[in-house]
Amino acid sequence: MIVLESLAKRFGAVQAVREISLVAPDGRVTGLLGPNGAGKSTTLRLLCGVQHPDHGRALVDGFDVAREPRVALARLGVLPHNAGLYPLLTARENIRYYGALHGLDSAALERRIQALSELLELATLLDRRTKGFSQGERVKVALARALVHEPKNLVLDEPTNGLDVPAIRSLRRMIMQLREAGHCILFTSHVMQEVAALCDEIAIVDDGSVVARGTPAEIAARVAGGSLEDAFVAALAPGSVT
Amino acid sequence: MRALFTVFRKEVVENLRDRRTVLSALVLGPLGAPLLFTVMMNLTLERSREHDERPLQLSVAGRAAAPNLIAFLAGAGVSVSDLPGGADGAAQAVREHRVRLALVVPDDYGARLRAGEPAKVLLYIDTADTAAGADQARAGALLSMYGGRIAAWRLAARGLSPAIAQPVVVDQIDVSTPAARATTVLGMLSYFIVFATLMGGIYVAIDATAGERERGSLEPLLTLPLRRRSIVYGKILAAAAFMALSLALTILAFAISLRYVHLDAFGMELNFGPSVALAIYGLMLPFVVLGAALLTLVASFTRSYREAQSWLAGLVLVPTMPILFAAIYQVAPRLGLMWVPSLGQHLLIQSLLRAEPVGVAAVLLSAGTTLALGLGLARLAVWLYERERILG
Repeated sequence: MIVLESLAKRFGAVQAVREISLVAPDGRVTGLLGPNGAGKSTTLRLLCGVQHPDHGRALVDGFDVAREPRVALARLGVLPHNAGLYPLLTARENIRYYGALHGLDSAALERRIQALSELLELATLLDRRTKGFSQGERVKVALARALVHEPKNLVLDEPTNGLDVPAIRSLRRMIMQLREAGHCILFTSHVMQEVAALCDEIAIVDDGSVVARGTPAEIAARVAGGSLEDAFVAALAPGSVT
Repeated sequence: MRALFTVFRKEVVENLRDRRTVLSALVLGPLGAPLLFTVMMNLTLERSREHDERPLQLSVAGRAAAPNLIAFLAGAGVSVSDLPGGADGAAQAVREHRVRLALVVPDDYGARLRAGEPAKVLLYIDTADTAAGADQARAGALLSMYGGRIAAWRLAARGLSPAIAQPVVVDQIDVSTPAARATTVLGMLSYFIVFATLMGGIYVAIDATAGERERGSLEPLLTLPLRRRSIVYGKILAAAAFMALSLALTILAFAISLRYVHLDAFGMELNFGPSVALAIYGLMLPFVVLGAALLTLVASFTRSYREAQSWLAGLVLVPTMPILFAAIYQVAPRLGLMWVPSLGQHLLIQSLLRAEPVGVAAVLLSAGTTLALGLGLARLAVWLYERERILG
């Protein structure tokens, strides 16, 4: 379970995150939806411990990321928005690197890679260098890398960016499988349809604050048109009520 | 500690697959420097040998006026040729580099000589023509020798001992050993060694820092439950490993290529056997640590791969500066200089090559300060990675 409590972060004159509070429970997909520049990426950076909040805290399974970073981060798997693989290493070596850094021994690591390969259909990719991989293949490998230490909590930053339709569908299927397995999944997107298709709960973020929260149906019901898109636009309009 | 070695191993594997890193660290650096050095040395030595062995070419205008002088020159092995056009022609020929030097015998030469007055000859030279320097000196010396011989005859003809005209005789005794003479020629060897060592780490350091950030792989790495120092020390260690390998290959290449520099022909001897090569390697290891930390630290500051390249290309010249000055000013090894990184190593290497004793205190001081500075810079790099701004 991921809990964000009143997170705030300022960079010089820019208040990137004003007040973000969120609960992402286990076995659910929670979406952080917002336009570009709304503060989604900064929020994830605060959650992952690469930046430190000015106020508030981020908890992973109850462990404060700022106070006990290594305990908290060991329970978190992160899929960065551009995959961030090493092009000269094979897919297997990329996954193995993170597994070893998480402290897995090599026998356990190979078993785990085998299991992930079956889950994510990586068999044909594993022993090729990632240099020429398509964006979809990269995301799959990065997802395997994020899952290598069997984290209960998974953070996906704009995972569908640059993917074609079959790749998006296959990614959705995998996210659903992980949800069924009881994982807590938090993911960001600026594409509304994406969030609507996947998420059990949504938090709409604008200008560093959560401006609307609820299930897709709840949010849609709050505006006249009854569609999520209308609700999204309404939520972003100044003076809107959540 | 385990994470440190995991990072280290991954950086080494990745860089071994990078053609640019391998080319610069393991091929161009270690082979380029010794090759360049050997070719340069052989050309220099070859040229100075040619000067000594080749007959001196001397163009003479008005040779008919001085038959004895010409005979003397020919007897000394000078190849004399005629130069038309008198004094003006001689000046022109030298200025236009058609001849290296020209001797002009004025018409009144014979008359003045017979009258016992100073008889002038004109030697046209061009001091801007550096290649002619040795020829100029030889011609000058031969002409002086001829003058001295006439003086001796004149004194003898008057019943005086020629020794009366030589109140002081200078006899130079060279106390240098053949190995020591060689180091004045090999003074730049440590410069090349330091340079090639740093080249070995450049691309590894850039790739592990600015490159990792530019590829977007730094941010996920920093979300792992690791101490930042494990990551940074692993990266520095990887750069150090490449530098140590580059250093070993460079020394090996020098040990082989210097056999083809014929120093013995000039009374020089090279003290560069296996034990000296090993000692040089040992002396340089603390510098490898310092260099790896310095390259990693500076590359971490930069915003992009290209910016890091520009910075590091300039940075590798900094540690070679003290060596350059020491080589130019012929700085002698002394304890008070050993604490300066790279200068200490240079002076100790010079002592080894000269087959002179190397003091334990000097080695400890040089290694100690170099290592301390290297560890300080490594700590600074860790601090840099602990800041949020490392993501740029």
